[in-house]
Amino acid sequence: MAAPPATTEDRQQSTQDPTSSAVVFEDVSIAFEDKPVLDEISFRLAKGETKAIFGVAGSGKSTILKLALGLIRPDSGHIYVLGEDVTAMREEELFDLRRKIGIVFQESALFDSLTVRENVAFRLLEEGDVTEEEVERPVRESLSFVELENTVDMFPSELSGGMRRRVAIARAIITHPEILLYDSPTGGLDPVTSTTIIELIVKQRDVYKTSSLLVSHRLQDAFMMATHYFDRKTNQMQPLPPGMRGEVPMGFLILKDGKIIFDGDVHELAKSKDEYIKEYIS
Amino acid sequence: MELISPTEIAKEKVEAVQDYSVLAGRSIANLFRVPRYFADMVQQADLIGFGSLPIVILTGLSIGAELALNSANTLQRFGSLSLIGQLVSVGMVRELGPIITGLMVAGRNSSGMASELGSMIVTEQIDAMRALGTDPIKKLVTPRVVSTVFMLFFLTIISDLLGLFGGALISTFLYGMDWRQYWSTAWQILVFQDVFMGLVKPVLFGFIISTVGCYYGMTARGGTQGVGRATTQAVVASSVLILVTDLVVTKLLMTVFAYH
Repeated sequence: MAAPPATTEDRQQSTQDPTSSAVVFEDVSIAFEDKPVLDEISFRLAKGETKAIFGVAGSGKSTILKLALGLIRPDSGHIYVLGEDVTAMREEELFDLRRKIGIVFQESALFDSLTVRENVAFRLLEEGDVTEEEVERPVRESLSFVELENTVDMFPSELSGGMRRRVAIARAIITHPEILLYDSPTGGLDPVTSTTIIELIVKQRDVYKTSSLLVSHRLQDAFMMATHYFDRKTNQMQPLPPGMRGEVPMGFLILKDGKIIFDGDVHELAKSKDEYIKEYIS
Repeated sequence: MELISPTEIAKEKVEAVQDYSVLAGRSIANLFRVPRYFADMVQQADLIGFGSLPIVILTGLSIGAELALNSANTLQRFGSLSLIGQLVSVGMVRELGPIITGLMVAGRNSSGMASELGSMIVTEQIDAMRALGTDPIKKLVTPRVVSTVFMLFFLTIISDLLGLFGGALISTFLYGMDWRQYWSTAWQILVFQDVFMGLVKPVLFGFIISTVGCYYGMTARGGTQGVGRATTQAVVASSVLILVTDLVVTKLLMTVFAYH
């Protein structure tokens, strides 16, 4: 068996060191049309860690991802991404930072007038003078990661929902970003496709050690991520041995009424005495 | 129905003008920043320019012909049918060519831009573009502005020429006027001021059409219904702005050139 990835201890050590954090939210608040969505929330995402964010619809889960990218700005508080305060940066400055971050949108958000190849290569083509061969290799690599090499010349409208989501993952990882943000990557998909997507996320976490924030409605997906690791030898997701359950860099964050009511690992979540959390995970 | 206070409405309007000005300003400022998206400009020029050619040909030809037809009747009463070439020429070059072409291109392209960008907004494609490190104003708005300004200039010239040609057909075949006399009078009446006035307008109209279309597209909210609303608003706003700008520019240039 190949060794499982970094343990919870490593993650905790990393979390305590602010310089090693990939994302830091400090007392962040935001309201839409005078309705508070996030109310002074603070949390850290350690480098190499994957944190799953849960909450009921409209609790501000996707807003957290958009805030981290600087797509929207908070009413108050600070957000540090890779050590830079995105709340103090101008839009032009943010474009450079965003090149180090990948995002998979809820509805994939593929450019519908571009082919799969052009969608996946978008970032590379935008970065400047690149030849067709220079683009072709990483595009093939990215698409082979999500096992969709045969779709290069297709348009997004010709793909199924699950395939579109996988192309979106390929587009997000093509430049090997330091942070990945997933907005409900398994939402609306059948269980088999959902497991394929989760396997890809686990692969990204364990093979490339990418820090990730994952918004989801499906607790079972996050539990699967906390109890499995990606085995490079078999090229498959494998369950962790019984004594090592939860020993992967995987955190949970639960939102309720604009506040964070839980921020911890799978063990802490299972032990939680909070009635709402108990009901949520039951 | 919820009532909104007049202050809120005024605030919204001021904010909209401010947002439009920022978008229009950035679309120009981006011309001086890299990357310049030359390929996108060519693609847009093809869509806007060549795509609008059939409608511009048709309207230019028919407006010139109708202008000749309507004026000929009156001129004939005063025995001044020979002036028809001059009337069509000045009318088309100074006023009707630019404004009719502007309105036609606004109807076709302002709506197209608003619906295309609006659809990209509601399907999060613009957010995706920003997230991928690309400025959507630089990539989507600036090429559309440059191409519309550039192509409308030439489309107006084509419309002017076809209007004159339409007038020539009516004058010659219906009123028996000499073909050469028509063209010679039409040519001779034009002075620098007329041509200048007729060529300044399409530049301004092109800028209005593209920036208004892109503004409504980029600010579309509320799903497919919102995109439909943005499309309609873009056509109405750009058409009204073209008419108002035309009036102001005509008066301004007439004052500058001391027209009597």
